[in-house]
Amino acid sequence: MNLNRRRAWLAFVSCAALALTACASGGPGPAGPGPSAGGAPGPANFEPQHSGGTLLIDSKGAPGTLDPQINYDPAGWQIAEAVYDGLLAYQKVGGPDSTKIVPDLATAMPTVTDGGTVYHFTLRPGIHFSNGQPVTVADVQTSFQRIFKASGPTSGTFYQNIAGATQCLAHPAGCGLSGVTVDPATNGITITLTRPDAEFAAKLALPHAAILPASTPDTDQGINPVLGTGPYAIASFDPNSKLVLKRNPRFTEWSRTAQPRGYPDEIDYRYGLTVEAEVTEVENGQANWVNDPLPADRLNELGTKYASQVHINPQAAFWYLPLNVNLPPFNNPQARQAVEWAVDRSAIVRLFGGSALGTPVCTILPPSYPEHVDYCAYTKGPPTTWSAPDLAKAQELVQQSGTKGQPVAIVVQNDEVNLAIGGYLQSVLNQIGYQATLKPLSPGVQFPYIQNSNNKVQISLTQWYEDYPAASDFVNVLLSCNSYHPGTDSSINISGYCDKDYDAALDRAMADQQTDPAKARAEWGELDRRAMDTALIVPLFTPNYVDFVSASVGNYQYSSSFSTIIDQMWVK
Amino acid sequence: MMVVTQGTGSVGPWRVALRQLTGNRAAVGAGALFVLIVAACLAAPLYAHDIAHTDAFTSQVSATTVVDGHTVPVLQQSTAGLGLGVTPIGPTWDPTHYFLGADGQGRDVMARLLYGGRNTLLIGLASATLACVLGALLGIVAGYLGGIVDGVIARILDLIWAFPVYLLAICLSVVLLTSGLDLGFVHVSADSLLLPLIIIGLIYVPYVARPIRAEVLALRGKEFVQAAVGTGASDLRLMRREILPNVAPTAVVFLPLMASITMLTEAALSFLSVGVQPPDASWGTIVQDGLGLLYTRPMVGLAPGFALALTAAVLNIFGDGVRDALDPSARIRSGL
Repeated sequence: MNLNRRRAWLAFVSCAALALTACASGGPGPAGPGPSAGGAPGPANFEPQHSGGTLLIDSKGAPGTLDPQINYDPAGWQIAEAVYDGLLAYQKVGGPDSTKIVPDLATAMPTVTDGGTVYHFTLRPGIHFSNGQPVTVADVQTSFQRIFKASGPTSGTFYQNIAGATQCLAHPAGCGLSGVTVDPATNGITITLTRPDAEFAAKLALPHAAILPASTPDTDQGINPVLGTGPYAIASFDPNSKLVLKRNPRFTEWSRTAQPRGYPDEIDYRYGLTVEAEVTEVENGQANWVNDPLPADRLNELGTKYASQVHINPQAAFWYLPLNVNLPPFNNPQARQAVEWAVDRSAIVRLFGGSALGTPVCTILPPSYPEHVDYCAYTKGPPTTWSAPDLAKAQELVQQSGTKGQPVAIVVQNDEVNLAIGGYLQSVLNQIGYQATLKPLSPGVQFPYIQNSNNKVQISLTQWYEDYPAASDFVNVLLSCNSYHPGTDSSINISGYCDKDYDAALDRAMADQQTDPAKARAEWGELDRRAMDTALIVPLFTPNYVDFVSASVGNYQYSSSFSTIIDQMWVK
Repeated sequence: MMVVTQGTGSVGPWRVALRQLTGNRAAVGAGALFVLIVAACLAAPLYAHDIAHTDAFTSQVSATTVVDGHTVPVLQQSTAGLGLGVTPIGPTWDPTHYFLGADGQGRDVMARLLYGGRNTLLIGLASATLACVLGALLGIVAGYLGGIVDGVIARILDLIWAFPVYLLAICLSVVLLTSGLDLGFVHVSADSLLLPLIIIGLIYVPYVARPIRAEVLALRGKEFVQAAVGTGASDLRLMRREILPNVAPTAVVFLPLMASITMLTEAALSFLSVGVQPPDASWGTIVQDGLGLLYTRPMVGLAPGFALALTAAVLNIFGDGVRDALDPSARIRSGL
């Protein structure tokens, strides 16, 4: 899975669960996604006149294994959303409601008892797998066991709190998972946790908790499709050329919010083209959707000739440069401030595709957040919003810091946009007195690489995507001591900053969030300002995501959880 | 040693070859064009500093320039439609303001083309020379000494020959680009131009050494060599005085032809990011810069591509002329 997406998911899961807990307790909590209480706005009514046809999707590569409990790729999860169901699901609509959790194969949201350690569900009756076999509570029980038996990638992180999980993790083959019990007479399912897990409902809504037939082998099914309950079934798959989804003949819509019926009769993923060729196919109507980031040199063409087919989706996110505070030259505050003064955020937005695709930022918290304070410490002009860099000041700071002439390696991803921004940064660092080199790595490698302190990364280019609207998801996750794990690939505090005073202030802000939101907002704003004054990271810009569909596509919807919702597109 | 007699007097073979070469209009034209290309590339700093007034190695993302008397940004934000995308300025055909337009970093393509040509030509010519000199030496030693020495050298050459050229070059480059080349007594940094120069030179050694070795094997049994052996000349002297002069024309013929090949190899490696390292430029890196701009600013990729094709063509035409001049059968065919 794209690691940035995985990181986003982890945070998203945390938020959704936090919100769930907050709602259940009736106390004040952070604004964020939570379960739909049944009255949440759902998708529009089904429009039968648009049903039918084949949706053709162009994608550079296949998503990996088809096993929904193993696959950890956003493209794989997108497919899983159309094929599989869990007890709970994220609402399948575009917009902010897409982060709400609703019952799916369960008849209702769980009843939580025993201090948050026991979850009671009732399985929805009358649901069938695509081969006609009815879904039973035994399937539910074996599906949870299979998460461990198949050594699912999140078995040890998402589901380790289920009673018996420890034994299952130690001995997957004999996993009995005592924490999941079922009652066939009442269709009841009880999940017992070893300790309260505020994130548990959110984890149940992920594809890794999909309910599969009890007969599914306990090994990764790879290219062999696994039976599901969703509106589509996988008809064929060749990872080198094509994946075909066809309507599940046994599917009948039971919850329009959790799993609405799809519009196309068939959904075909075609693999192997370049993105340029994919764009051309969609322009010519030979395909319906480009399932890859769009090439920069086609953006102008798409935005002018095909404007009605382009969808710009704002992201609560930012691109930034973590400066390693534990390595020269950036263990010197003046050297860090020099970089802050030198980097032209507007120039980087141009390299990213222009003002329609990004906005310069000077702080960690997105401008749309209530906690955000207009503060721009390193710009010419008033220190409120970005204006222009000050190279002379940066050069002076480098001179004063005594770090002039030191080598600096910038670690970037090796795609076109990252390389362009990396090239600019290399030029800027050379201008202010360093000997900068560019170290491009493939996206799958770069993100864990820059997190691991053993790799001695001085400066890197990376992104952080918001998954729920809470300041803690940015400031706490990126800069707390808890997020700094030296020597591992999972150390999202890439700057390596760990300050006890700052950590205590983070804790206070999180505690105040529950009791005094107004005070907490001010605290988060102050923490953001402190991080900027210390020059721990260099915020660059907040991006938008651009999707391109063919002229024949209608009902385009973008979910915060699973990006573009493929089975709700019209091709007729 | 071969002696060519013509008319009333006798002249050396090199003079005959030169006369033959200068009589070949195509070769002379190609040679002149090549000299012009080299001169233009050598004048890169002059163009950048005194004509275009630009820095070819620094990002100019926020820079402006003058077109038709109006100041415009070098990277132009789209204002039409949804306002998506930023496009570098195209060719202005004004030598003082982005003659061939700008690349994605807002740098002057013409200035980078000239600077890039310096590196491409330097690496191409130097690595070709390295391949020819080293190839000739190894070929002579292996062919003349024979036995174990020949066996070892020939097998090493076979081993290198067995690998696809580009695959071998990419593998060596990827390894050496990580930490440079460290031989203890000498260290070549990862971003040094010496790295691609050495790598390309070495991988082409068998292409020169093998035919020269074959030629030496044939020469070894000739009467003039045997006569020299009979006079008690040492092996070194024999190789230097009898063998080398007779295989030198072959090596010289190889040089321009090999230069066009090594130049293209350098461009390919740089295009794949394992040759010349940014912000330095070569024609290969500029083609790569232009790859992402093919739809909007094709000139960024086309200009270095055209320069490469032209230079390779003139080197090949010139090389053909040199071969004709130094090939006795060609002289016979032309009635000299």
